[in-house]
Amino acid sequence: MSSRLKNFLLIVAVAVLTILPLLMVKKTAFGPDDQPAGMFKGSDSQAEGVIRAIAPDYKPWFHSLLKPASSEIESLLFALQAALGAGFIGYYVGYSRGRAKQNSTPPVT
Amino acid sequence: MHIMEGFLPATHAAAWGAASAVCVGIGLRSIAKSVRAKPELKMLLGVSTAFTFILSALKLPSLTGSCSHPTGTGLGTILFGPLAMAPLAAIVLLFQAVLLAHGGLTTLGANIFSMGVAGPLVGYGVYRLTRASGLPAGLTVFLAAALTDLATYSTTALQLAIAFPDPGGGFSAALAKFLGVFAVTQIPLAISEGLLTLLIYNFIQKYSPGELSDLGFGLSGEKERI
Repeated sequence: MSSRLKNFLLIVAVAVLTILPLLMVKKTAFGPDDQPAGMFKGSDSQAEGVIRAIAPDYKPWFHSLLKPASSEIESLLFALQAALGAGFIGYYVGYSRGRAKQNSTPPVT
Repeated sequence: MHIMEGFLPATHAAAWGAASAVCVGIGLRSIAKSVRAKPELKMLLGVSTAFTFILSALKLPSLTGSCSHPTGTGLGTILFGPLAMAPLAAIVLLFQAVLLAHGGLTTLGANIFSMGVAGPLVGYGVYRLTRASGLPAGLTVFLAAALTDLATYSTTALQLAIAFPDPGGGFSAALAKFLGVFAVTQIPLAISEGLLTLLIYNFIQKYSPGELSDLGFGLSGEKERI
């Protein structure tokens, strides 16, 4: 198998693993407000719910100094985080392909 | 895997903070040592950090109907060893704690410990074992990255169960509940993380063979096996 095909199959597998839950998980549970109960909420906030159930008297003793002003601002910052990472990986990919190409062709005199 | 701000009792927060501070210190020395010996490794160190930035920003849906994110620490663990990962995790977690209110400053130590210490240690152990047993190199990379991810989330569940034992069933009942939230959701994501790590590892192997052999890779037969 060529490495290009192998990489393509790896990406397809990740896409399938990501899309499958969206298709397979059915909205069954309805909350008290007759709205479907929270679908695809973060596991971090679910853990917060478990803590509140186990220790209802526990009070968080410190609060975040800055909170994103809205979920739009939050997604802006997450996108920024991913973009910083992707930018650097893109730089590395371009740099190393260029280096490989230069090493394989004889210098022009 | 982010324990929310203020959601660990102060004594726990301090203990995990102290443990992580030591690990970040050891990690910085380990990184400084490898970069001083081979300055060209800076690029791969940057790639490992960047990979963690991307993967920990991607909240992916899981079959449990909730969302979680991979950690991206498997790549750096394989390349630079588990010690180097605590400072890398600290950078990402600090960014998220300060700007995103995701995780927190009081829980930073506990979160660095799960993402930058415990997960990488498990992943590195898996990597060495699977390599020693002669599994194909691609499979060893996949397993190490996937299990780094899963071990990180299991550590978070453990930390929360220690802090919040169940009033009825004690520590083990609480652990089962927290593992139900974190570890089960994480299984498909850990598989995705393993596959993505293999993708970038394949690229690094093709285009940075010199750096890889500086890091002790490129053992005979490795190329054919991938």
